[in-house]
Order: sequence, then structure tokens, then C-alpha cells
Amino acid sequence: MSGIDIVKSNYVKEIIKRGERLDKRGAFDIRDIKIENNPLFNAEGSARVNLGLTDVIAGVKAVIEEPHSDTPKEGNLIVSAELLPAASADFETGPPGPAAIELARVVDRGIRAGRCIDMEGLFLEEGKSISLYVDIYVLDYDGNLFDACSIAAMRALMNTKLPKYENGEFNMEDRSVPLKIESIVSSTTYGKFGDVIIADMNAEEEAATDARLTITTDGKAVKAMQKGLNGSFTIDEVERLVGISLKKHEELKSKMES
Amino acid sequence: MASKANKPKLLEKGRRRDGRALDELRDIRIKAGVLNNADGSAYVEWGNNRILAAVYGPREVIPKHFSNPNGAIVKCRYSMAPFSSLEGHGRSGQNRRSIEISKVIKDVFENVIILGEFPDSEIDIFMEVLQGDGSTRAACINAASVALASAGIPMRDLVYSVSIGKIDGEIGIDMDMIEDNYSDADMPIAVSPRNNGLLLLQMDGDLSESELKKGFDMALEAGKRIHNIQREALSEMYKGV
Repeated sequence: MSGIDIVKSNYVKEIIKRGERLDKRGAFDIRDIKIENNPLFNAEGSARVNLGLTDVIAGVKAVIEEPHSDTPKEGNLIVSAELLPAASADFETGPPGPAAIELARVVDRGIRAGRCIDMEGLFLEEGKSISLYVDIYVLDYDGNLFDACSIAAMRALMNTKLPKYENGEFNMEDRSVPLKIESIVSSTTYGKFGDVIIADMNAEEEAATDARLTITTDGKAVKAMQKGLNGSFTIDEVERLVGISLKKHEELKSKMES
Repeated sequence: MASKANKPKLLEKGRRRDGRALDELRDIRIKAGVLNNADGSAYVEWGNNRILAAVYGPREVIPKHFSNPNGAIVKCRYSMAPFSSLEGHGRSGQNRRSIEISKVIKDVFENVIILGEFPDSEIDIFMEVLQGDGSTRAACINAASVALASAGIPMRDLVYSVSIGKIDGEIGIDMDMIEDNYSDADMPIAVSPRNNGLLLLQMDGDLSESELKKGFDMALEAGKRIHNIQREALSEMYKGV
């Protein structure tokens, strides 16, 4: 962090501790969410999501593969995330680093624990099942990649139409089988500044926050959580934020379904 | 999560497969100062888990451009030995799982180490799972805490870690591998005991608000015991010095 960065982050911290935000939002207000459905057509399903100025795109490819030996009657879900160097001066080229891996695994766990996809339904025949590769590209960064990527992955899966399986292979001419979505999960990510907690941090807020917490729910129960950065949350805070996330689910879900 | 088809019964009359109650930890043994070269180290036997943690530093940062004039940087590596699991042969080196675990553990220790005392330095924490039987990241954090303290690195607190789980629909702590594979939820936490702050919190599965509360209560209670075992390991190390 340069001197300027430290001054800036102290300024952001102070504003938030006063109960305000640079963009005048309330503590738990989520920025505008815009979803573009199936912007790509080579992918089996895709979605581009704008969360404020954060811009991410997710594509789903379906591939016939051998099932995992511990789940011989199920398909696979593989979620990856790329922080493109195009998206921020702070993102570097090269294989995914710890930040991108954490991001992908948190999104993956939410979808998996939420049982959003019927994995057994992806089984084709002995030794063959469908692997769904969900790749999320971060195109432009303005904070809260966890929620933006979670929405993009979820929506891309909802948009997915699988090719017909004929004579042991996919017929790519006929991609008409909608992927069955069993449940929709939503994630909300919070940041902590002293004793003040806010949701949906932008890049400036994210650079200044002490601790981050992502909570994924299906509106009824918690499905996944991940705390990040070197600050801490109290148990009371976690319980309160879980309550807020459970309440926010309907609103986020209806955005994803629109 | 493994397939439910051959799921064993995890609970019988409130007791687990190994006879433990839901809120009961496995046997824990910690020995501090077990390595010669490392500045600090600890060996942990936690149920069937066998963990070795080593700490090097504060030492010069390599490569140099990562160094921070405001304080030490922390590097963390959690890894599972190829022979650590009952089934199969794991690949050595880092995978996506171990990279993520290393990252969240780094977040924990950056909180408690007084980094400002060591500008332009690095502190390395290596955690090797020699034998794994569930809740390995918790066991590794407990080992690393003791290893850091045994290296004389100034810390705000001696962190402990424990996993919370939902076993056959019931909330319990410290899941072994089989329980973890067939659990309905898994939530490892790491706690700073001076203020009960959560330094690590991960969760996947299915937990209601009341189950969450119950899990935290159980974990804090068990944490007192873990914390004592850690302290005993450290005082044992200095006996006869």
C-alpha cells in the first residue's frame, strides 16, 4: 500500500464508522444488479452480471466424462474463476492465485451445499456422466466479486440448455434440454469497519475493510459461509448477519429469476 | 460429500462411532519444540490426525520486493502428505483445496501476530498433515499456534480451532473423516480466546439459525480445553530449561 492508498483507506474507514458511505448507500443496500442472459451462444448457458460497476461473465460448458470413482452415478460440477488482468491494475497475468481460487471455491460450495443441481440427473450411463464446467471471468472490478460471481454462476446454470445425448455422444445441433435447477441460492458479502458492518462493498471499501464475511442461503437455512481477511467477527455479529442474509434472499432470488 | 447410498450410521443412542458424545473432542496431545532447525515447532496428535507445524522467522523476505516496511509478512503452507489418507495415494504439492486453506489460515495468524515489530521480515508457517482423519485444518491451526509461540513470536493471543458439524442431523464438534464425509454440515472456526473473535469461519452444508447458535456454544466450551492443552505444551517445553 502506498502512502496515498493508506490515506484513502483511512478516509473510507472514518466515513463508514460515522454511519455513512461514499456513494450514500445505506449499510445493507446492495448496488444495482443487471443481468444479461445468454450473451454467448457457444456456451451451453451464460450470464453477464453487473453489480454496480463490477462486471463479470460466466459460461457453462457441458462435457461427457467418466464419473468420479466415489460418485459413480453422478455428474460433476467444476467452478473456476479468473481475475482477468483487464479488470484491474491489481490483477496480474498467470495461473489463478489464492484469491481467485478462494472466490471459485466459495461460489462452488454455495451451489453444491444448496443442492442447486441434481447431480444424479447428470448421470448418462455406466462410466459416463455430464461434467458442468462453470468458468467465471471478472471483466471489470469494483468490489464484491463473491456476490457478483455467485449470481453469474447461478444464472448461467439457470440459462443452461444441454445437448441431447444420442448414440453415446452429444448432439450439438440440438441443445434443447434445460438443466434442471432444484434450488436457487444467493450470497451476501459483508465488510467490517471497527464495529460497523456494511454489505456489498465497492473496491474502495473493500481495500479498507478489516474483515469480510460471505453468507450463502436458500432463504431457509445457511448453506455456506466464508470469512476472509485478517479482522474478526463476533458470534453475535455472525448470527445477526445470517438473519439479514436469510431476509435478503427473496429479493436476490427474484432478481436472478427475472 | 460422499454418496448417501452406503452411509454408515453415525449416531447410536447419542454416541458416535468412536463412542464420543456430540460435544466431545477426540484425544489431543501436543508437543512443542520438536524440530531442531525450525525457530518454532509443534507436533499434534488429534485423534488419528498427525500434524507437524514448523515456523521460520522473522527472517529476510524472499523475493525482496514483497517486503513491507510497515511490518512482517506472513506466509502459510498447509499440505497433506501423499500417504496421509487411508484410501489412495494423494499427489504431493499444492492443490486448489490446500491453497485456499493456506490462505484462510494466513488470515488467522496475520490477526494475532504483532507484525509491526518486524518490518521487512517474513514469518513462515508450514503445516504438514502426515496423517489425516478429518478436521485437519483445525488441528493444523492449533499446531501452528503452539509452534509460533514456541518460536517466541509476539502474539496478541493463542488461537485455537475446532470444527462444528451436523452428524446424522445433530450438532456436534470435531468430526473425524467418516463423519465429515457423511455430515449434513461442516463449519470449522478459529477463535481468539481473549475476546472470542472469529478469525476463521467457513461453512458448507445446511444449518438453521438455532443450529448455528448451538454449534458456536459447543465450540467455545471445547475451546477452553484445547486452549489449556496448548498452554500446557508450551510450559512443558520450558521445563528443565
